[in-house]
Amino acid sequence: MTLHAALHVTRETFALDVDLTIEPGEVVALLGPNGAGKTTALRALAGLLVSDSTIRLGESTWDDLPAERRPIGVVFQDYLLFAHMTALDNVAFGLRARGTRKADANAVAARWLDQVGLAEFAGAKPRTLSGGQAQRVALARALATDPELLLLDEPLAALDASTRLRVRSELGRHLRDYPGHTLLVTHDPLDAMVLADRLVILENGRVVQHGTPREVVRQPRTDYVAHLVGLNFYRGTADGTEIHLDEGGALTVAEPVSGPVHVVFPPSAVSLYPEKPVGSPRNTWPATVAGIEQHAHTTRVELDGTPTVLADITTATVAELRLQPGDPLWVSLKATEIHTYPR
Amino acid sequence: MLPALIGLAFLLVPLAGLLAKAPWATLPSQLFSPEVGQALQLSLVCASLATVICLLFGVPLAWLLARGDVPGRGFLRALVTVPLVLPPVVGGVALLLVLGRRGLVGQYLDQWFGVSLPFTTTGVVLAEAFVAMPFLVISVEGALRAADPRFEEAAATLGASRWLTFRRVTLPSVMPGVVAGTVLCWARALGEFGATITFAGNFPGKTTTMPLAVYLALETDPDAAIVLSIVLLLVSVGVLAGLRDRWIGGAT
Amino acid sequence: MKKLLAAVAAAVALAGCGVSGPGLVPPTSPPAVTGEITVFAAASLTESFKELGAEFEAANPGSKVNFNFAGSSALAQQINQGAPADVFASAAPANMKQVTDTGAVTASPTTFVKNTLQIVVPKGNPGKISGLPDFAQADKKIALCAEQVPCGAAAKKVFQVAKVTPAPDTLEQDVKAVLTKVQLGEVDGALVYRTDVKAAGDKVQGIEFAEADQAVNDYPIAPLAKAPNAAAAKAFVDYVLSDKGRKALAEAGFAAP
Repeated sequence: MTLHAALHVTRETFALDVDLTIEPGEVVALLGPNGAGKTTALRALAGLLVSDSTIRLGESTWDDLPAERRPIGVVFQDYLLFAHMTALDNVAFGLRARGTRKADANAVAARWLDQVGLAEFAGAKPRTLSGGQAQRVALARALATDPELLLLDEPLAALDASTRLRVRSELGRHLRDYPGHTLLVTHDPLDAMVLADRLVILENGRVVQHGTPREVVRQPRTDYVAHLVGLNFYRGTADGTEIHLDEGGALTVAEPVSGPVHVVFPPSAVSLYPEKPVGSPRNTWPATVAGIEQHAHTTRVELDGTPTVLADITTATVAELRLQPGDPLWVSLKATEIHTYPR
Repeated sequence: MLPALIGLAFLLVPLAGLLAKAPWATLPSQLFSPEVGQALQLSLVCASLATVICLLFGVPLAWLLARGDVPGRGFLRALVTVPLVLPPVVGGVALLLVLGRRGLVGQYLDQWFGVSLPFTTTGVVLAEAFVAMPFLVISVEGALRAADPRFEEAAATLGASRWLTFRRVTLPSVMPGVVAGTVLCWARALGEFGATITFAGNFPGKTTTMPLAVYLALETDPDAAIVLSIVLLLVSVGVLAGLRDRWIGGAT
Repeated sequence: MKKLLAAVAAAVALAGCGVSGPGLVPPTSPPAVTGEITVFAAASLTESFKELGAEFEAANPGSKVNFNFAGSSALAQQINQGAPADVFASAAPANMKQVTDTGAVTASPTTFVKNTLQIVVPKGNPGKISGLPDFAQADKKIALCAEQVPCGAAAKKVFQVAKVTPAPDTLEQDVKAVLTKVQLGEVDGALVYRTDVKAAGDKVQGIEFAEADQAVNDYPIAPLAKAPNAAAAKAFVDYVLSDKGRKALAEAGFAAP
């Protein structure tokens, strides 16, 4: 059964208006910048805040149910494990609260701890667990009641980088095994891309784009998404192979198109020259260095010009050009590197 | 360090004064006199009952103040502390005005049920609970406010009712605060004098608690008063130290 | 008025001499009783002494009388522990003896008033108390002073004389506490001093009883040996003993010694 949610939350300075559908077994990631309303949406789904939302699963609607009567499981950002209970009691809590006998609840909880690889930590108090272990206990606790909807609120945000990689892949495995509906709230594009089947991008309380990770990465529709996936992104109007950009300037592309389009190309497609280059590239324009940022293996240069552009160049090039903010340069871009799609 | 030592001395020197002045020779005979035993027993029973009442009503009240959705919560919070600032004798008079034989509520208790609270052991318990309750409420409320309400949300998402959440999640997490409040509350109830003598009067075996006995002994026999004070002191210190080790030691 | 002036003159003169005890009275001596004095007085003297204090201050510009009203035994203990008092007015000779025994008072105390007990009942006498025998009935709510305080000791004496075994519901720590219970209607009857009945106003009413004379309470007053302001202390004691002082005390219900 598909879960349909029309979430409407109104606050003094903020309104959330989001429609979501989640298929059984599907993981949907709600991705967006801070303050976009991701957590508000999660809380509305969980019944933790008052809203005039409509949530439907098959024949049943959840609108009038308080949180404790909704068939949900939540993994909170900092897990919120009950400190005075053992890991086993934490996992068994939901079952006990729903009326399962203690022995049965403990048996189920033990099985879940075993599944997340923490069988030997059943008697441990949460404060003795590592971050990754606590996250797995929280997941087991959320899943132990066999919920229809699993809500994950930034489940990896509290972990350090090295733990994160391992926990992320484990989480992905558990999510694949879970037959219910999953909503993952995150601001980390990598978490979303790796874990989710579908992305819903939220900005200012509204859905600005949705699709599979592949679709979103290839064809971002807002500056935020483009920034997330690391592409130069423009809006323009095409006339054959010539595209006039909304912010000024023009680009020549290889394939002729027409009408309003989005234009993207990777920063790595951009070349920089101290003098105006001669020869094949059809897109060249003057620009000045606005900022330089060192990444792992490349240097990202932010350039003011018409249009503004991000360029990834090798460290060798940086050394050769002796780049300083304010330096005048020439930007060059091959037409074949530019990708367009209708607006 | 020095201020701490001064603070400690300030608290302990009066105690030392009591011990220094104690009539050690007659102490045993005073100690085991039936009057002292009676007053001590009454004190312990009443203070404990008052503490139970405070727990039964004070913890939910603290929860209401910390978490409840009530208008004018700040004002309510201030009102709860009134018994702290009110001279206990005034508190006793206030209790008489409400629960006394001619009191707002008391007259109906008397007419309808034939219940009269002043001059009874129940009256002692009520007076002590009235004065001691704020200590419990304030410390439990503080603990509740410091506790993260998101744990209650987590419990709700796991299907726990409000009551189960309170019992299994909230209460255990504020246990140190509850214990501290209970200890304070009990100690305050044990030492209660003004409200008790005003509301419940003074009659041996019925309403004469240790502090009342101490006060009256002071009128004629200061030595006996010192002995009584020392007894009260030793018993309360003993009980509190015992509880502290068991409860607070276990809770952390 | 003449008497007042005479008393003031006497007081002033004595103070001027800077000695305690009767001395020369130069008629032309300037008003010299100044400064503060602290009077420790039995709680039952509260109203009448406050009035006397105000009059004393008016008659002696530059003087200031501070009062500490409390139970006589508590006051006696405070004095014996070195409290900086100038005058002690006790509700019982026994408490005065406590301070003369330790030498805190060396002058011989003077009895300045007497007080006797009276039955006090709430206005309208809802408990229908008519005399001491009613105090023995279990169904009546009765308050008495604890035996440890003077009014309780006096009550014990009158009950002995009347051959009544009282059945009190409470033994209060002082007269004022007893009166509170009567005023609030919490008890049907109580025994307190006549002066207290008078001071309590119209919320209560007093009932005379024959045995009251069997427990007459003498109130002694004396300046303290170590009075910080000995001259004024003596002047105040003399003022209390003056005709003006006695008149004020008589109005409060005290009997002359």
